[in-house]
Amino acid sequence: MVADSGMVSVSAHGERSRSFRRRGPRALQGWTSGDALFRKVCTAFGLAIVALLALLLYELARGSSLSLSRFGFGFAFEKVWDPVAEKFGAATFIYGTMVTSVIALLVAVPLGVGIAIFLVEMAPPAVGNIIGFLVELLAAIPSIVYGLWGLFVLAPLVRDHVAPFLHATLGFLPFFSGESHGVGMLTAGLVLSIMVLPFIAAVSRDVLAAVPQPLREGSLALGATKWETIWGVVLPYGRTGIGGSVILALGRALGETMAVTMVIGNTPQIVLSLFEPGYTMSSVIANEYSEASGPLYLSSLTELGLLLFIATFAVNGTARALIWRMAHGPGGRA
Amino acid sequence: MHPMEQSSPRASTYLAEGAAHGEAASKTSADHAGNALSPGGPSPKMRARNLTVRYGPIVAVTDVSLDVPARQVLALIGPSGCGKSTFLRSLNRMNDTVPGAVVSGDVELDGQSICGTEIDPVLVRKRVGMVFQRASPFPTSIFENVAYTVRVAAHRGQRDVADRVEHALRQAELWNEVKDRLKESGTSLSGGQQQRLCIARALAVEPEVLLMDEPTSALDPIATAKIEELVSELRKGLTIVIVTHSMQQAARISHRTGFFNMGSLIEVGDTTTMFTRPREHQTEDYISGRFG
Repeated sequence: MVADSGMVSVSAHGERSRSFRRRGPRALQGWTSGDALFRKVCTAFGLAIVALLALLLYELARGSSLSLSRFGFGFAFEKVWDPVAEKFGAATFIYGTMVTSVIALLVAVPLGVGIAIFLVEMAPPAVGNIIGFLVELLAAIPSIVYGLWGLFVLAPLVRDHVAPFLHATLGFLPFFSGESHGVGMLTAGLVLSIMVLPFIAAVSRDVLAAVPQPLREGSLALGATKWETIWGVVLPYGRTGIGGSVILALGRALGETMAVTMVIGNTPQIVLSLFEPGYTMSSVIANEYSEASGPLYLSSLTELGLLLFIATFAVNGTARALIWRMAHGPGGRA
Repeated sequence: MHPMEQSSPRASTYLAEGAAHGEAASKTSADHAGNALSPGGPSPKMRARNLTVRYGPIVAVTDVSLDVPARQVLALIGPSGCGKSTFLRSLNRMNDTVPGAVVSGDVELDGQSICGTEIDPVLVRKRVGMVFQRASPFPTSIFENVAYTVRVAAHRGQRDVADRVEHALRQAELWNEVKDRLKESGTSLSGGQQQRLCIARALAVEPEVLLMDEPTSALDPIATAKIEELVSELRKGLTIVIVTHSMQQAARISHRTGFFNMGSLIEVGDTTTMFTRPREHQTEDYISGRFG
């Protein structure tokens, strides 16, 4: 023992020097810590997300199999939604979802990008922080609050002022024909625009803040104005990321339920006038799921959910890919 | 009529007097007039008077008075953080873009102050262009990089944009290397080419003065040599102020050299004189590599 330990530095500990003899100088093998277990547990948590999504997709597909086999692809193009006659088509809801989302983006994109430009390029840091915080706060307001506000404040405003004004100035367009009763696709789109605004503003702000300062200085030093610099250099550099923020907002607008349900009027119809009430995919699920009688009715609602799931998944995936490309990809000049 | 064209005969007179200037300046070195061109000589292209620049509580440049002679290269040397870049940035109001920067004193361009609130810094920068240490091509094609400034300089929809782009790229001695790949991204060029692209971009505005802030410090020796050649070519028609860390570079390409330390202008004079017989002890120490 003692003779052996002479060749290693820690000679006093008999036990250890014996293990040295067995495994060479100092242990390199074996379970020295819980890292391996920790790693396995965390990997399992990570994979659980994938499993959860797969399960969700599977359950939606299984739940809508009856409707899928009965209506096939025609489900998305059929306008009739008649639970009594057991005829179900999603076209009116898809239309309502698309129209409200487009209105939301038309309003929120210029506003959100404008806010981002102000926060990054113009506002003094203190003001920028406060306004940036307020914008993010918009995202934290529960959607039922937006719904109530939309119903009691925005809807009368649209009925009495916004709609008459649009009708008077742009009434030759079919979108602004007729009369508004307050609730309708326009009101729903406007509520949505405020709800998605923080996504566009916050992500665009981060994107613009990531535009390298030398690019701005390079442009300003040439005698370019602030406007030319923002329009000609900063926005082109950030366009991919801003595009990502817009699509992220679209994903949010497509799926928003509560606030829209409260202000859209819940009437399944396809009309051009935005003053008219409509119905969205998420709203009809929320309204009718609890009273859906009969397996086909339930299955049709589930299929709506499946369509919504696939649409938002695709939209969000695209958005993330764009934002990621902005930061890392070949165009990403990090 | 270009204002510089009027002053060019006098500028050449100044060149002839340049050798004598070191002597004249040393007599008046006690006051700030020592930093000015000799009295009765040509009026300088630019002139800084008692310029002080603060970034919040930090004083970056202290009471600097310095003349920039027309159609010459003025090199500014000094250890890192000595204020030479800050000084350079005040020559075209770029310090305006730094939050918290306060500039006092005055800078004149052709005898006219550029510092007042009534002066539009955008117009100043069209006449006094700038190239930075790190080349930063815009995320567009090589052509668009230059075309952008052509449009900035003049008006949109100009028909001879392509001609002007070519002219600027030729001036920057980049045309032959990029003429077949104008549609490629500006960032696909090598570091030295990117810097020349940025110079072309600056030249497309047709400035009267070009400020260069360590334009070669991120480049290899060959790319550096190309830029230096370019500067030697450009100085024939342009007033150039170049900040450099390389004293050899200052010696190679400049007519006059100013030495900054701790935010102050220690000494300025004819480059040859500065490097052989500096007036100030500090300058000698720096040039001979004892600090910095």
